[in-house]
Amino acid sequence: MSRDPHHHDHDHSELSETELRVRALESILTQKGYVDPAALDLLIETYETKVGPRNGARVVARAWSDPGYRARLLADATLAIAELGYLGRQGEHIVALENTPRCHHMVVCTLCSCYPWPVLGLPPVWYKSAPYRSRVVADPRGVLRDFGVELPTGTEIRVWDSTAEIRYLVVPMRPAGTEGWSEERLAALVTRDSMIGTGLARTPAEVA
Amino acid sequence: MNGAQDMGGMHGFGPVAPEPDEPVFHAEWERRAFALTLAMAMPGGWNIDMSRFARESLPPGEYLARSYYEIWLAGLERLMAERGLVSAAEIAAGAPQGAAKPVARVLSRSDVLQVLHRGGPTERPATAPARFEAGDRVRARNMHPATHTRLPRYVRGHVGTVERLHGCHVFPDTNALGKGESPQWLYTVCFAGTELWGADADPAVRVSVDAWDSYLEPA
Repeated sequence: MSRDPHHHDHDHSELSETELRVRALESILTQKGYVDPAALDLLIETYETKVGPRNGARVVARAWSDPGYRARLLADATLAIAELGYLGRQGEHIVALENTPRCHHMVVCTLCSCYPWPVLGLPPVWYKSAPYRSRVVADPRGVLRDFGVELPTGTEIRVWDSTAEIRYLVVPMRPAGTEGWSEERLAALVTRDSMIGTGLARTPAEVA
Repeated sequence: MNGAQDMGGMHGFGPVAPEPDEPVFHAEWERRAFALTLAMAMPGGWNIDMSRFARESLPPGEYLARSYYEIWLAGLERLMAERGLVSAAEIAAGAPQGAAKPVARVLSRSDVLQVLHRGGPTERPATAPARFEAGDRVRARNMHPATHTRLPRYVRGHVGTVERLHGCHVFPDTNALGKGESPQWLYTVCFAGTELWGADADPAVRVSVDAWDSYLEPA
């Protein structure tokens, strides 16, 4: 197989051309001494296995369980989230938004893909995609229907476009029938989408 | 800049398509492109606003045709080429051509977790009181800089209400150009859906952006 990314074989998909280009780039950057491949491995491992929406689910479950924590989270989410050890890149300034029966929050970055990495990990493809970024600021109810979510018409929808370095975490409403549940059980109800605002927390029946 | 990245309110992209059980990456090259982009910021010496400007500078047709990590890759190649770190000819050849340019620092494996934990806070000490307070009516300026800005087109010229103050933050419009951080007060400004999209819009929708002081004027 040619290493020339401009070489076209009939059995080459466009994807494999990109793959070759990235391999070539990594090889050049390593030979030039600009990157340490072991550092690349650790960056990937961190975001693939360590940092993800499980973190955010723990934050939400604690807020549901502990009124003091909830108050701290709503007052200064960056500090409250750091209490659980989640902080840093793309979560330097976090604001928590609590959903209520009257107001449902949704988060987007229309200009790129800003997303609270320490609590949700890297964003899913749909969050970065043109359909979501173009439409959620103008037709959030229509976007919710794409996710199978229908809210009462009286519920206000509040869309937050992350145009600066403030990152937003939605605290979904705690489902009924979860009184007395442990934080661990509650966390299993908290989906990634419910912390972006394109979904609701699971009900006990949905996880039974 | 009024590029393809500024998508709020555009029509025709179709429904949102969530992927069940979506993996973090969809191909090995996405993993490497992601990590290369993060790692190269240190030797490359660029900031996040320069990275965003490089990505959105793709011609609109290309921006819309490329996948997310393809856009990152194109942005990375542009940033490196601008600084003489890697040329298009080297990428085409798949090998370095000539000596490496000296760089200040390289991201080592032992630094990774500390660098991620530290992140890049953008809040800076305020040197003057805020011009607006919560509840103030403000108009997003009608401005169309050809360079990087974070004021999306769909709010320009529209009147909203200051909802939150976030302190002073690095100003992306100058930071993207290497003209300094020039921190400004940052506000969450909230607009009625009907103000942005007209009388037919859902009356129970409100949309906010985070706007720096110079994006706003009293209304």
